[in-house]
Amino acid sequence: MASIDIQNVKKAYGHVKVLHDIDLQIKDGEFVVLVGPSGCGKSTLLRMIAGLEGVTGGEMRIDGKRVNELHPKDRDIAMVFQSYALYPHMNVAGNMSYSLKLRKTAKEKIAAAVASAASKLGLDPLLDRRPKALSGGQRQRVAMGRAIVRQPKAFLFDEPLSNLDARLREQMRAEIKKMHGDLKATSIYVTHDQIEAMTLADRIVAMHGGVVQQVGAPLELYDRPANLFVAGFIGSPGMNFLDATYSAGGVTLRDGTFVSLPSPLALDDGAKVTVGIRPEHVVMGGEGTGMAASVDLVEPTGFGIILHLSLHGLAFKVFTLDRAALSAGPNVQVVFPSQHLHVFDEGGGRCEPR
Amino acid sequence: MKTSLLPTIAHRLAILAYVIFALFPLYWLFKVSLTPNDLLYSEGVRMWPSRTTWEHYSFVLQHSAFPTFFKNSLIVSGSTAIIVTICASLSGYALSRFSFRAKYWIVGLMLLTQMFPLVMLVAPIFKILTPLGLTNSLTGLIVVYTAFNVPFATFLMQSFFDGIPKDLEEAAMIDGATKFTAFREIILPLTLPGIAATLGFVFTAAWSELLFALMLINGNNAATFPVGLLTFVSKFSVDFGQMMAAGVLALIPAALFFLLIQRYLVQGLTAGAVKG
Repeated sequence: MASIDIQNVKKAYGHVKVLHDIDLQIKDGEFVVLVGPSGCGKSTLLRMIAGLEGVTGGEMRIDGKRVNELHPKDRDIAMVFQSYALYPHMNVAGNMSYSLKLRKTAKEKIAAAVASAASKLGLDPLLDRRPKALSGGQRQRVAMGRAIVRQPKAFLFDEPLSNLDARLREQMRAEIKKMHGDLKATSIYVTHDQIEAMTLADRIVAMHGGVVQQVGAPLELYDRPANLFVAGFIGSPGMNFLDATYSAGGVTLRDGTFVSLPSPLALDDGAKVTVGIRPEHVVMGGEGTGMAASVDLVEPTGFGIILHLSLHGLAFKVFTLDRAALSAGPNVQVVFPSQHLHVFDEGGGRCEPR
Repeated sequence: MKTSLLPTIAHRLAILAYVIFALFPLYWLFKVSLTPNDLLYSEGVRMWPSRTTWEHYSFVLQHSAFPTFFKNSLIVSGSTAIIVTICASLSGYALSRFSFRAKYWIVGLMLLTQMFPLVMLVAPIFKILTPLGLTNSLTGLIVVYTAFNVPFATFLMQSFFDGIPKDLEEAAMIDGATKFTAFREIILPLTLPGIAATLGFVFTAAWSELLFALMLINGNNAATFPVGLLTFVSKFSVDFGQMMAAGVLALIPAALFFLLIQRYLVQGLTAGAVKG
């Protein structure tokens, strides 16, 4: 197992810059999730760590050793691909042992390593099968088996669960987390699914437009998003954003509603801001307790209910576990609890208390 | 789902009609090869002669130069197919996977070679091969056929390589393989259907090539079978029975060849490689 240091790493294809000065230190045994929308550069970064893409600038170190110029085969890392990339002409055992064969490992050792990985993943009865005779979940397991057989310095996962159906994805997610608990292997996991990021990560790296937006523990990103992008990306349904103006001690929404804040912010009075509040933090109250909003749409999810509201023409969402919301009339009363308000300045950055 | 009878019948009939249409010339070839010479013109057009004979076959095999033509054709077509397939595998892989500076121009140039009518090139090629001593030799034919088949075969192989996900060789490289090991152990086995198709295509192209064989070869020693067929045409008559018998015999290797490779042609070996 190893640490991975990424210093000032850049990537450009011709004149198109896809990664800008990425700095990231991954500790030995840590599970780091790179998350972001498509095209944010997270997969490119992962492929650069694997050695499948060249590094345009900066330095990348695995276990303290510079790897910028090192061929993938010499980096001693394992990767699980979104497509699984199993070798179709080899059976499961062949797929899992290929890397050891290339390293000229003794036959008995290969057999032992494959057997132990297979039993860990419940693949024992499938060792003689070809990939095309396996289900999606089984293929996924073989791909993981191929990675753990080698005991590499680090595991890289490139959206490994994207091709599975929802139920299987949930199950494999838990298995990956359990496997990481057992092996304590340094892992870098790329996904666009924020639930996967939240559940698996020791630390999340949120990326957008080739720039790291925030690095932190999952709940830190949820509770204190560093900017509008992270605030909007983490959480489902996504955070509501409302335009407002800051004045001492509170914000005035576009329609004139004033909401007070727990402590004054480091902003000038009259500054334009964006106020964010998560749908699950909006409180629905009785008559006369808050602001009146009209109900546009009700979406029951079974677990809870998502209400699409408009407040003097401003659209926003509320998530509630209260089934009474299903029969809500055309108008409801909502309250924005001030401790749950996030305020972002004109540049999109989080505003901290003075 | 219940399919109604009428469209099914119409569909089958259409296929049958096509198969009959496509195979009829072959049937006629076979029929004439079995018809005794005295019945060929006297019986008129009949689907089957009143009397059949194998005498054309025995004559062709025992008293003509046909076995030499046959051997020459086998050498030329087999060598051409193997050399072209090896070259096309390597160049097709390069075109599919690498980006290099002159790629666009090389592809353009290869396309350009396919645009000229071959007749235009016969004289220059003859002029080039003569001082090299490659006219009237099987080696010369192999060189010319290889040169003309490599571009198309390269495009054919490229499309097969394009169909193999890049993830597979990346996975192999991460598993510890060099680029060439990944090509040899992972990509090449998966391209067997493509290799079979290319072998088959080039083999048949070389097997039936007439123009260059006719121009570059004179005499029976280095003649291939299409040229040899012409020896059955004499100044005053065409010996149809012997010619057809030779034609039937010439079909055998091509048919055998396709029988051998058809398993790979229809096999979708990449199934299950990636999500399915």
